[in-house]
Amino acid sequence: MKKVVLALAAVAGLAATGAQAQGYPTRPITMIVPFAAGGPTDVVARIVTDNMSRTLGQQIVIENVAGAGGTTGITRAAQSQPDGYTIMMGHMGTHGAAPALYPNLKYDPTKDFAPIGLAAGTPIVIVAKKDFPANDLKGFLDYLTKNADKVNMAHAGVGSVSHSTGIFFNSVVKAKPTMVAYRGTGPALNDLMANTVDFMTDQIVNVAPQIQGGNIKAFAIATPERSPVLPNVPTTKEAGLEGYEVSAWNAVFAPKGTPPDVVKKLSDALMKSLDDENTKKRLSELGGVIPSNTERTPEALQKLVESEVARWTPVLKAAGATAE
Amino acid sequence: MGDLVSNLSLGFGVALTLQNLGLAFLGCLVGTLIGVLPGVGPIATIAMLLPITFGLDPTGALIMLAGIYYGAQYGGSTTAILVNIPGEATSVVTALDGHQMARQGRAGVALGIAAIGSFFAGTVATLVIAALGAPLTSLALIFGPTEYFSLMVMGLVFAVVLARGSILKAVAMILVGVLLSTVGTDLETGEERMTFGLPFLSDGIDFAVLAMGIFGIAEIMRNLDHTETRDVVRQAIGRLLPNRDDFKQSYKPILRGTFIGAALGILPGNGAVLGPFAAYTLEKKLAKDPRRFGRGAIEGVAGPESANNAGAQTSFIPLLTLGIPPNAVMALMVGAMTIHGIIPGPQVMTKNPTLFWGMIASMWVGNLMLLIINLPLVGMWVRLLKVPYRLLFPAILMFCCIGIYSINSLPTDVMFIAFFGLVGYMLIKFGFEPAPMLLGFVLGRLMEENLRRALIISRGSLETFIERPVSAGLLAVAVILLVIALLPSIRKGRDEVFTE
Repeated sequence: MKKVVLALAAVAGLAATGAQAQGYPTRPITMIVPFAAGGPTDVVARIVTDNMSRTLGQQIVIENVAGAGGTTGITRAAQSQPDGYTIMMGHMGTHGAAPALYPNLKYDPTKDFAPIGLAAGTPIVIVAKKDFPANDLKGFLDYLTKNADKVNMAHAGVGSVSHSTGIFFNSVVKAKPTMVAYRGTGPALNDLMANTVDFMTDQIVNVAPQIQGGNIKAFAIATPERSPVLPNVPTTKEAGLEGYEVSAWNAVFAPKGTPPDVVKKLSDALMKSLDDENTKKRLSELGGVIPSNTERTPEALQKLVESEVARWTPVLKAAGATAE
Repeated sequence: MGDLVSNLSLGFGVALTLQNLGLAFLGCLVGTLIGVLPGVGPIATIAMLLPITFGLDPTGALIMLAGIYYGAQYGGSTTAILVNIPGEATSVVTALDGHQMARQGRAGVALGIAAIGSFFAGTVATLVIAALGAPLTSLALIFGPTEYFSLMVMGLVFAVVLARGSILKAVAMILVGVLLSTVGTDLETGEERMTFGLPFLSDGIDFAVLAMGIFGIAEIMRNLDHTETRDVVRQAIGRLLPNRDDFKQSYKPILRGTFIGAALGILPGNGAVLGPFAAYTLEKKLAKDPRRFGRGAIEGVAGPESANNAGAQTSFIPLLTLGIPPNAVMALMVGAMTIHGIIPGPQVMTKNPTLFWGMIASMWVGNLMLLIINLPLVGMWVRLLKVPYRLLFPAILMFCCIGIYSINSLPTDVMFIAFFGLVGYMLIKFGFEPAPMLLGFVLGRLMEENLRRALIISRGSLETFIERPVSAGLLAVAVILLVIALLPSIRKGRDEVFTE
């Protein structure tokens, strides 16, 4: 029954658009998360907005609009009223890899948004089945070049973080393993644990528990520094691999044309949330990296998006990876 | 054994605190009410109520969310029985005989046996999780792409073998279902298939959209064109609860359904969907007079409903012991756990024993509450059928639209249920059965993806399906079933599974 009431309330809310910037926000704010509830981006969004809602004095309601690697939800959010009442949680895929993966993409990550700020970075870890005949990154890369036709790499579907970062990994180490697609990280990990597939690259939050439990092994973490969640896993640089540093970042955006004072209010609320002890604690438990004060600004986010699009486009195009 | 007792007593110590009892009750109640609304499934509900649980401790929050999950599962069966709208793949088969029972004035009996079967299955499944959860985890790991493909082949052969008379029509419907499941973005290559360039088709057709259109909307249209029979459901109310005879007919199906459902629920990749279908097939095969099936056979409700609930329960095993969610609802539970600072994984059992065993104990508590909540509600639901159809159907339509919109927030989904409703209506008119199509749709995607995965891993060698013992066994069963079907003398005795 509550559902119905909420749905009606949402309809009523839609009717009352055109709010003024002064006094913003006067009603609940919708944050579109372009992935299913429960996934890493959704979790980051819920943790971060919990504190933002209290700062703003209005609830931020999460609406999950999944589909097409997150681009369905972002397209809808980009085309909504730029009044600050619809914002979104974008990520490395939707605002970095998408232009290369989706030639018919209806938005331009660098031009169609008013960036609010970076929320969290989720490091990528290179993991393999526990029976893999190598124990460190060097041995792994060695095996990979010598047995190129034997190795299977799992990923969570075209357009997913594990797919993009996996293709990037292959281009950096110049390997061509056979790619095996799964519908989501869960089934892919399941087969990795069952020794059915050989290796994959994925976000730390997904793989850390299995590494700690000894079900899979980790070769390296693709960040400049080790993660407190996996203190024994070396960074790619430490393990002797240059040029593979990648993080599945999540960031808050508003549609282009959102008034600057609204952007400022949202950005301040986000910064405050990231300074909150509770937010920090919950994000770092997931292995999330909290951005520094200079990385959190709207300007820094704009730069990040531009550099990410520039980085992903050639890599993915070269691999012939498109989702359309 | 001593371990089990002490673990369970730890669990019940947690589950039976006043707060957690209240949360379990609240979860089950909300779940039941939401589940009754067509289309509004557990996923939308849990996603929506997630923020409310922020203030609770993790154990309490998860107990409540789990309550919503099985409450909604149960509520979904109520809708399937009363108005022939299966909200989820697992309640498709419940609609077949359950709704016929309702039309014969036995709605109360159908709802009652569903509640009792579910409670029994839930109790057994809870014990299975507590006693065998950890060892059974390895079963999930035995089932790779190869085994999964063979299991799906067996599932489809079940449907083909047991559809008689209209076998050609049944096969056609299964194939249409498989075909529909291939719409959308290809998983391996990212190419779009059969989407006609329409963006809303790029992620394929949602099961709930298809099921609600083909069953629910089509049913409304059929009721409206049969002016003389459309009020048939409200003619006689009959008994509200099952009597001794009903129990006599049902207890074996409940036992068998529980076993099948519990076993399939453990599998990764949503193997639980096969449970109710398999239970129904088995009951019909074992029945003395299979023609009763599809015309209101109580075994056709008792078996699948038990399988459904047992599977819903045991699908927690991979989540709790491995941290790997086997389906979308469990993925959401993973999210809920992470938000509460508990990273699901193999360590949850040792690191958070109170949470682990508390949740297991609360499953049984939740099942008991469902029984307590639902038996008195049976009378109320049945009275709902007395509402004149001209008032009832606009309400059903409206709830269908709201429910389907709440899943993906896509207006096209709402239009799609209208389209599939029209298709479903035509199918009824031409004498095609929609259930095999839904089975084909559910199994088709799993079958295709696992076939390709298995072949990629084996580098194109088909031998992989015979070399692996589990896969070979499943295929052998499928072949034997098919051979039996092809022997003419036996074919005469073959009966219909999916008839209305």
